[in-house]
Amino acid sequence: MIKKDVIIIGAGPVGLFAVHQLGIKGLTSVVIDNLDKAGGQCIELYPDKPIYDIPAIPECTGKELTDKLLEQIKPFKTKFYFNERVEEVRKDKDNWLIKTNNQNEFQAPNIIIAGGVGSFEPRKLSLKEAENFEGKSVFYAVKNKDQFKNKNISIFGGGDSALDWALELSKFSKITLVHRRNEFRGAPHTLSEIKKLEDQGKLSIKTPCQLESIEGDNNITSITLKYDDGKKEKVQTNIILSFFGLIMKLGPIAEWGLNMEKKTISVNSENFETSEKGIFAVGDICTYPGKLKLILSGFHEVALATVECFKRARPNEKYRFEFTTSSKTIQDRLGKK
Amino acid sequence: MTKITYKDIEGNSKTLEVENGLTVMEGAIQNNVPGIDADCGGSMACATCHVYVEEKWLDKLPKAEEAEVDMIDMAFEPKKNSRLSCQIIVTDELDGLVVTTPKKQS
Repeated sequence: MIKKDVIIIGAGPVGLFAVHQLGIKGLTSVVIDNLDKAGGQCIELYPDKPIYDIPAIPECTGKELTDKLLEQIKPFKTKFYFNERVEEVRKDKDNWLIKTNNQNEFQAPNIIIAGGVGSFEPRKLSLKEAENFEGKSVFYAVKNKDQFKNKNISIFGGGDSALDWALELSKFSKITLVHRRNEFRGAPHTLSEIKKLEDQGKLSIKTPCQLESIEGDNNITSITLKYDDGKKEKVQTNIILSFFGLIMKLGPIAEWGLNMEKKTISVNSENFETSEKGIFAVGDICTYPGKLKLILSGFHEVALATVECFKRARPNEKYRFEFTTSSKTIQDRLGKK
Repeated sequence: MTKITYKDIEGNSKTLEVENGLTVMEGAIQNNVPGIDADCGGSMACATCHVYVEEKWLDKLPKAEEAEVDMIDMAFEPKKNSRLSCQIIVTDELDGLVVTTPKKQS
């Protein structure tokens, strides 16, 4: 059981800033996120796209913003639990107990939910029979390359993941790259490499078409593609790899007994507490009159929520508002001399 | 006010008066039209407001930006007439527009 002052769910920009706001108040925290790295939507949806509305930063990408936030919270040496999803939230007197899908257990008087729109999961193939082969011959990620050696692999998708894996796996397997339109979106270098392989006959590209059916009993033997003009083609396939990006699923959050409004959690706009004492929701996942889903709103929300966290974590101490510019205590916590 | 008709693939349909300047997605969300999720809130980052636009209306819409087309790659069962409803801004010219929501959004 890991005991902290606050458990933060979600390592997006607002979750990261929560670490900062807690840290300067002298509170300890951990961060749990279902993804394999920090950044949330900033990293998954727009790592290279510019953001123009962070105060005092005229322009930065999702990746840059994430990196800066990580740098800003470095002094607090907060531990991150990635690839973990919070499954269970339980009350134990004045504390909350959390259990993850990795069976890690946490205890804290406060939980800050900075969960964005929920957890990211790969978007699945829409064809129903794909389900039967999932994990055996249909995959949405490559964890171990070896399992894809000397196979006929059909890769679906038009983005970087599809293209990168087509290149990589073409070294030891026969690749068919399938996309619903003729244009691929990927780094120019990757695209020219793909073209080269196609010219050498090491990789075949099928566009514009989509998956029509899968043939095979226990294992896939072939697939049928349907072109936009109605023509169909059978392609020998043992493995399907599909890269249609990630979707956001609210997941277990809906079952924690909090007051919800559609897919968001209702909070008061004074300290962003939910209907449960000690559970706060900030950023895109919370709602209140006038709510805007902006990163800067999330920063404001977390600043206020952490004050209430302090009161709950240190009931015998008085919270004193301080400026980072003039407070010796805060500067010590930031490791500044 | 512009009339927009939202259909689902089962044939249920709902016609609404949507204020000009709003998006087709916002018209749906504000009026609780099922079938449009709009998880990202209209920032072209999720493809859960995906709709099929009736053929005769396709040419009347401003062409999709590259980023929108890229995002439609991620949508559930995209077709030639797929658009993200968060990118269709309601104007007088679109009076009578019919969009159909896909079987599901994610």
